[in-house]
Amino acid sequence: MAEVLVLVEHVDGAPKKVTFELLTLARSLGEPAAVFIGNGFDNAKDKLAEYGAAKIYVAGDGDLDGYLVAPKAEVLAQIVSSSSPAAVLIPSSPEGKEIAGRLAVKIDSGVVTDAVGVEDGFVAKQSIFGGAINVAAKVTKGTPIITVRPNSTAPEPSPAQPTEEQVTASISDAAKSAKVLDRVTEKKGGRPELTEAAIVVSGGRGLGDGSNFSLIEKLADTLGAAVGASRAATDAGWYPHTNQVGQTGKTVSPQLYMAVGISGAIQHRAGMQTSKTIIAINKDPEAPIFELVDFGVVGDLFNVVPQLTEEIEKRK
Amino acid sequence: MNIVVCVKQVPDTWAEKRLSADDKTVDREGVDGVMNELDEYAVEEALRIKEASGGEVTVLTMGPDKSVETIRKALSMGADKAVHLVDAGLHGSDALATSYAMAKALGTIEHDLVIMGVESTDARMSVLPAMLAERLGASQLTFARKVEVGSGTVKIERQTDTGYDVVEAATPAVVSVVEKINEPRYPSFKGIMAAKKKPLTTLSLGDAGIEADKVGFAGSGTEVAEFSPRPPKQAGQIVKDEGDGGVKLAEFLASQKFV
Repeated sequence: MAEVLVLVEHVDGAPKKVTFELLTLARSLGEPAAVFIGNGFDNAKDKLAEYGAAKIYVAGDGDLDGYLVAPKAEVLAQIVSSSSPAAVLIPSSPEGKEIAGRLAVKIDSGVVTDAVGVEDGFVAKQSIFGGAINVAAKVTKGTPIITVRPNSTAPEPSPAQPTEEQVTASISDAAKSAKVLDRVTEKKGGRPELTEAAIVVSGGRGLGDGSNFSLIEKLADTLGAAVGASRAATDAGWYPHTNQVGQTGKTVSPQLYMAVGISGAIQHRAGMQTSKTIIAINKDPEAPIFELVDFGVVGDLFNVVPQLTEEIEKRK
Repeated sequence: MNIVVCVKQVPDTWAEKRLSADDKTVDREGVDGVMNELDEYAVEEALRIKEASGGEVTVLTMGPDKSVETIRKALSMGADKAVHLVDAGLHGSDALATSYAMAKALGTIEHDLVIMGVESTDARMSVLPAMLAERLGASQLTFARKVEVGSGTVKIERQTDTGYDVVEAATPAVVSVVEKINEPRYPSFKGIMAAKKKPLTTLSLGDAGIEADKVGFAGSGTEVAEFSPRPPKQAGQIVKDEGDGGVKLAEFLASQKFV
């Protein structure tokens, strides 16, 4: 069976959940081979085996972490040219997509981004225009490069004994032109990342004031959820722009999305419409968000949210 | 510092976006076109850099004839001149083909910096800036929420999920900017009048040295095999809060095994 490369997305070696999702997906398409680039491989090794990597390419050169994405694309291009995989799967993160784009240019291949599924023949399923249209797209030139959104596949373990191949990458000076001088973490709570989270609770204009986001955070924390915000809320300065869900913000596709005090304008829907289960709390029964919901409550969020938080606590 | 700011005309945010049944590309005929919102921040940033350190700002767009509306907007905001890459042979270009064509067009304009929005609101791939950097051999400085120009170098704050990275590179560089890096200005009446007299160069494939078989449908590396509207969602259950809305919601969550 032909190899399907999966680029491992990790933090200091610890793979993100999306990596396991992609390995699970790769198993249905061919023989999964993980590509680990950067430091901390010891933190990744066992997990990659647990999720079925038949082979692992390791480029652990300490020099790779100090630059933007270009060196990673070079390493990947070298592996592609030596191993001739059937396809390359990359997490659809900002960095993953940039690596995919650069790789596409290097190996003159087509690239499809933001797949929500990949089927036989590497047909990528996409959901475009804010979820209004489903597309099946194919790469027609070179090696298919597909970036896959987090939460597209349920990760399932399938223990394997991977062989390891050390890759000594020769990185060009051009790829080292953009140097990372510092990595700054801004107030990181214990909450999961917005795009990776299984549950997202978002607040909008209905909150009336930034301080009321504490209600959203409290509810999110009882569910182990990430916190999102509508554009109205981020424009008003109530919540950081990095948490904006929508057409000009992040696209999320969690198992459960809760929209609190969000009317559901197209700008917002474009970022959350593909969520599996959608819940809304809004005082306006005509709010367009109710067209999308599996369960909606028409009422005052200042009554409903605290009661909901309390009720979930009780049931834990 | 000479800057090229790349802009794209996209269907209006509020319009219902469609794919054309004939060739499966974005239907640009039936809807109003606007400048891609994220590119407005790029134009503004380019103008601010020029105002602080001199140089010239050139607008570059690739797209059909009507994209000239978007060029006019950038010129009326204050850009100095414009280049419009327009040719029927470009229709159907995917990211691979577009990055090739744009890189060729950029080759005709002297520049130290290329600035653009992180993504367009129609395709939403956010790969083009990185692909252009790759093709041009320029430094990649993307997802910038702050840009500082030094002499021969550019430093940015690259927005990440958890904060930001400080990244520095020598010019030439490709910079992409995120929303809220600045507040884009509105074109003034004077600006709108002045825009009409600013130089606008039109480039065909031949003018830019673009090989016809590397763009359009033939030059693309991907195809849309099929598409269909998302099946309508089954109507959900909606309850009015009678003082027990939170409890009912918790019951629903429990029935779906979320709690």
